[in-house]
Amino acid sequence: MIEGAGPVAAFWGLSALTLLAAGGVVVSRNLFHAVLFLIVVFLGIAGFFLLLSADFLAMAQVIIYVGAIAVLILFAIVLTPRASRDNAETRMAPVALVAGVAVAGLLIPAILDAEWRTLSSAPALPVSDLGRELLGVWVLPFQLASVLLTAALVGAVVLVRSPREEREEIDEEERR
Amino acid sequence: MSGAPFLATEHWWDLRDLSNISREILEFLDRVGPDWLAYVVSPLIGFVAAFLLFVLPSQLFVGVYGERRLIGRMQSRLGPNRVGKFGLLQPIADAIKLIQKEAITPRGADKWVMWTAPVVFVAPAVLVWAVIPFGPNMVIADIPVGLVYFLAITALPVLAAFMAGWSGNNKYSLFGAMRVVAMAISYEVALVLGLLGVVLFTSTMSLQAIVEWQREHDIWLVFLQPLAFVIYFISASAELNRTPTDIAEAESEIVAGYLTEYSGMKWGLFYGMDIGYALAAAAFGSTVFLGGWSLFGLEEWVPPWLILVAKTHLFYFVFIWTRGTLPRLRIDQLMALAWKYMLPLAAINLLVVAAERLWWHEAGLGDGIVYLFAAANIALALLLVVGWARVLGYRPERVPTRPRLVKHVGGYVAPGAETGGGR
Repeated sequence: MIEGAGPVAAFWGLSALTLLAAGGVVVSRNLFHAVLFLIVVFLGIAGFFLLLSADFLAMAQVIIYVGAIAVLILFAIVLTPRASRDNAETRMAPVALVAGVAVAGLLIPAILDAEWRTLSSAPALPVSDLGRELLGVWVLPFQLASVLLTAALVGAVVLVRSPREEREEIDEEERR
Repeated sequence: MSGAPFLATEHWWDLRDLSNISREILEFLDRVGPDWLAYVVSPLIGFVAAFLLFVLPSQLFVGVYGERRLIGRMQSRLGPNRVGKFGLLQPIADAIKLIQKEAITPRGADKWVMWTAPVVFVAPAVLVWAVIPFGPNMVIADIPVGLVYFLAITALPVLAAFMAGWSGNNKYSLFGAMRVVAMAISYEVALVLGLLGVVLFTSTMSLQAIVEWQREHDIWLVFLQPLAFVIYFISASAELNRTPTDIAEAESEIVAGYLTEYSGMKWGLFYGMDIGYALAAAAFGSTVFLGGWSLFGLEEWVPPWLILVAKTHLFYFVFIWTRGTLPRLRIDQLMALAWKYMLPLAAINLLVVAAERLWWHEAGLGDGIVYLFAAANIALALLLVVGWARVLGYRPERVPTRPRLVKHVGGYVAPGAETGGGR
């Protein structure tokens, strides 16, 4: 249970911030503004993790989502020729609405129905334990994720190589 | 070392531990005011102590004045010497000038993003100082993941720089923004791998605990992790956009990079906080690698916070030194340095550290073994730095005697450019 005025105020403040920013992502017409709002959403979620005393998770959220994924989206926007079209209406809007309502209809009853285990005091989970779990019990998913990322990296390199560069490289090999 | 009595007493007038004063204030507030008052006031005290009393004066007098004077000295000129005695009032004059200058917003600019970018840039520069320990009790928030906190917070100004570059509606701004982001991402990888070595040795991520570890083992991590230190220094200077690596605002190439459309105090905030980040990186580097507030026992006599401040400024001096000495690199050279040079070295370093650490703990060796590790790692670092440069085809010259063309020292020459020089 959340107790004390500070955490409660923090919870409502973070909720308001996150929800407003999430609304901004959907409503704003400019794609770049939408990404900036998305970053605020990520930061708000990191705040929630902090409130649940999962500080490592909060920091990882900021590093990965704000530092890497948001930057990736920014790159994608800047490098996409049709990004200036902005967040205009599309024919997919009704479909997206239906999908959104379906997901909400699935999640909200599940959340309300679940038996949440509440702890009276925050569990002190040192990072070393997290590391041990990750490399002990959960080593297979961990390795799978790394293999997936490596494959994505190699794939990206293969995709962005232009035929001209490849020719140049072959020429150079032959010259040797 | 451990267990030695700490000479600082608990009286509020004992300047060796400034936390005494803040504790007195907070206890007084607890007595007279409601119980939430202390919670509100304590971060304010931390902010005033760390930022207003240390960072801002350092920014003004070491960052603006000292840096310009020293670089002037290195480049055989005088530097600012007109305003006040020895030109000491120059930073204040600069600040007054910047504040009254008009902050122009171009008509095609994205006004909101352009106005919020400096704010987003300034806020993390203040937040970073929350985890830097100035003394045994003098840390605003000693969180167990302080090291990761530092990395997370320093990822934010990159976004601010991108916002600044994108919103100006200027192609040079956008070039600068793209360069900032590309470089930050590239150097972050090597930086994190290098710092992982430190975490492996100390098996903690709290900055205070890292300082304590160095104090307990009577060795600084710079000796145990020389390669990680070099990687940290280069990566930090690249992420800070300082001169050998400041291609993001390279004046000779893209006007002023992401700051092209900024003027007045909005530009001033970027400029001032660049120095603030450099100071934070220096403080973080001296905490993690140079023993922080400890100095082989001297911290019991000299105020520990004074030791950290001195180390921070020494570290910052090396930043100034490289800035005054080295020429700016090209963007492809910087990218090659990050991916082909520092990343493999960081990975090898991590492997070596992991092996040493495993051996140390599995074999149950004593603490004296760290000196052996230090000697081995220093030798290995030298070998790797020189050897890897040779593998890549660079031959380090100890005494360069004459200027040479790029291709003669093994640099990249674009295809078709060999026959150039016809101009």
